[in-house]
Amino acid sequence: MFPLLTVNKLSMDFGGIRAIDKFNMRINAGEIVALIGPNGAGKTTFFNCLTGIYQPTDGELLWTLPNRSSRTLNGLKPHRITEQGLARTFQNIRLFRSMTVLENVMIGRHCRTATTILGAVLRPPSVTREEKETIEISFALLERVGLADVAHERADNLPYGAQRRLEIARALATEPLLLLLDEPAAGMNPQEGQELEALIRSINNDQIAVLLIEHDMQLVMRLADHIFVLEYGRLIAEGAPEKIRNDPAVIRAYLGEEGIHHA
Amino acid sequence: MITRHDLRHAGLTGLWFMFLTFPLVVIKINPIEHTVHWRWSNMVWIGVVSFLASLTIRLVQGRRRTGENEKQQSLLQTSVRQFDLLRRPAFFRAALITSSVLLISFPLFFSSYQVNILTTALMYVVLGLGLNIVVGMAGLLDLGYVAFYAVGAYTYALLHLHFNLGFWMVLPIGGLLGALFGLLLGFPVLRLRGDYLAIVTLAFGQIVRLILENWSEFSKGPSGIANIARPGLFGLTLSPEATITYLYYLMIGLVGLTVFVVNRLQNSRIGRAWQALREDEIACQAMGIDKTKIKLSAFALGATWAGMAGVFFAAKTTFVNPASFTFIESAIILCIVVLGGMGSIAGVMVGALILILLPEYLRAVADYRMLAFGAILVVMMIVRPQGLIAPKRRTYTLPSTHNPVNSSDVPASDR
Ligand SMILES: Nc1ncnc2c1ncn2[C@@H]1O[C@H](COP(=O)(O)OP(=O)(O)O)[C@@H](O)[C@H]1O
Ligand SMILES: [Mg+2]
Repeated sequence: MFPLLTVNKLSMDFGGIRAIDKFNMRINAGEIVALIGPNGAGKTTFFNCLTGIYQPTDGELLWTLPNRSSRTLNGLKPHRITEQGLARTFQNIRLFRSMTVLENVMIGRHCRTATTILGAVLRPPSVTREEKETIEISFALLERVGLADVAHERADNLPYGAQRRLEIARALATEPLLLLLDEPAAGMNPQEGQELEALIRSINNDQIAVLLIEHDMQLVMRLADHIFVLEYGRLIAEGAPEKIRNDPAVIRAYLGEEGIHHA
Repeated sequence: MITRHDLRHAGLTGLWFMFLTFPLVVIKINPIEHTVHWRWSNMVWIGVVSFLASLTIRLVQGRRRTGENEKQQSLLQTSVRQFDLLRRPAFFRAALITSSVLLISFPLFFSSYQVNILTTALMYVVLGLGLNIVVGMAGLLDLGYVAFYAVGAYTYALLHLHFNLGFWMVLPIGGLLGALFGLLLGFPVLRLRGDYLAIVTLAFGQIVRLILENWSEFSKGPSGIANIARPGLFGLTLSPEATITYLYYLMIGLVGLTVFVVNRLQNSRIGRAWQALREDEIACQAMGIDKTKIKLSAFALGATWAGMAGVFFAAKTTFVNPASFTFIESAIILCIVVLGGMGSIAGVMVGALILILLPEYLRAVADYRMLAFGAILVVMMIVRPQGLIAPKRRTYTLPSTHNPVNSSDVPASDR
């Protein structure tokens, strides 16, 4: 195990508001890590800094590839960061709504395929092959998240839980080393939640590290190897689930008086 | 059921339209006798028509809204829609063959005059398909598209004037210069979206026209450039009538090429990226798509077709001047895309034919062309915002193991 992502003293200001304050984090390759905290703590903002949508005010994002070569993610454009192997889903679902379910996943293949404009027009065998491969991989991913039978449905026709799973399939299509999930279980019923848990485990079995923002504490406690707790942009606790469960600061800030006991 | 509220609303709409169109349809100035001719009867007509139109729209909308609730079970409809999709390709192919045959045999049965008009309409098909890349697929509202058309036309006019270059030589150059100007417009507007993008592109179109109008040493100003050569055919001299037919077939060829290229682009990695950009810019980037590259490529590839159509236009009319490239042209091309169906190739073709041919054959409409365009667009936005022919989503089949759309299509040996 090696540190895939190292976050050093990351800060993010919006005008006078400090949304993230000197946040430190380390994610090892192949781990499942959870990021929890009350609403407005800065979790989504952290994802946006990681994926290049926001430029952090301060701090360093260090990315280590399996061959142990390191590079900084600071200042990279979002598509470059995806190329490096970070893929994400969005808290407020952002699918390509009027495109089909399958096309949504196919777009995820963009950064792993190479067809140029000229190639698209002339369609030499290499392009046909790549297109065929794109379709096969995308179908396989849809099958994996249980959406193969609605592959040609418009994305916004899917029920809510299915849209969340489609976002996961789309992110997986980019072949990530680290998958960022922003409240994936939100709005899911218990059965869907269980399927999601199994899906996250199976993704993790493929040596893909997962960073999970989630409010469902039971799910987090069952899945996570390591938990980070944010409050008002500050890291207030980190550690294994058992430790977080009994951490007084966390209980006060987030879980409330009874929230921890039924986990 | 018509309520009093509906009537009142329609009445107000009628009054509003009477007021709005007053300067256009009522006042007619006779510049020779310096008199004003008041055509009040037109105003009454406008009032009556817009009252009735407004009432109809309200009724239709009301009915639609009540029907909406039953439409919610979209997943149940899936099977029906897939059936529809299965039938479509065959239907589409038949329509394609029929219209191709009709188009190709057209000059055999119709006069040069008709052929000439259809050539113009086909030119707008090319322009519409080009703009469709930018507006329909990539979702970038470009109101200055005519600038690239002008670039193409002047490319041919000037290269012919100064270097005596021929049509065939200039056609690709016009396309390339169109693309180059597309990039030129694309760079400064990379960060803009929506209204801001529309305003800047509008200004770009005006700037190009104003340069052509005022830089007389370069473009010969408002008087334009005449005596541009028609396309050659192996050095043959053609009769005027044969030339028209020849131009017509050239145009058919250009339309064919455009449809081929645009269709292939649309169903490719590039076309999907354009559509992703249109749907959600942030998600698009998060999927590893270089926003800058994909935006610029949309602008450049859209402009290429305008450049080529411009070269063709100059060759067809043998004369260019800045007056042919006003904002109205951009507006017409945009109307074609919106009316036909944004992102739909067949839709854009139908839209171009309707909007260009209708005013030619209905002279009564021609006088109020812009008014009619405006009315058509407003009505379309309300009644059928997806356009006459909504873009068809491509379905894919998995070559082996599994085929969710139509398993009977897969030979048994493939399973
Ligand atoms: N683009 C932005 N501009 C200004 N403030 C922002 C922006 N994005 C997030 N914030 C602020 O940052 C804080 C953290 O928000 P967020 O990261 O969405 O919280 P969480 O995801 O933990 O619920 C909030 O106070 C929010 O208002
Ligand atoms: Mg959030």
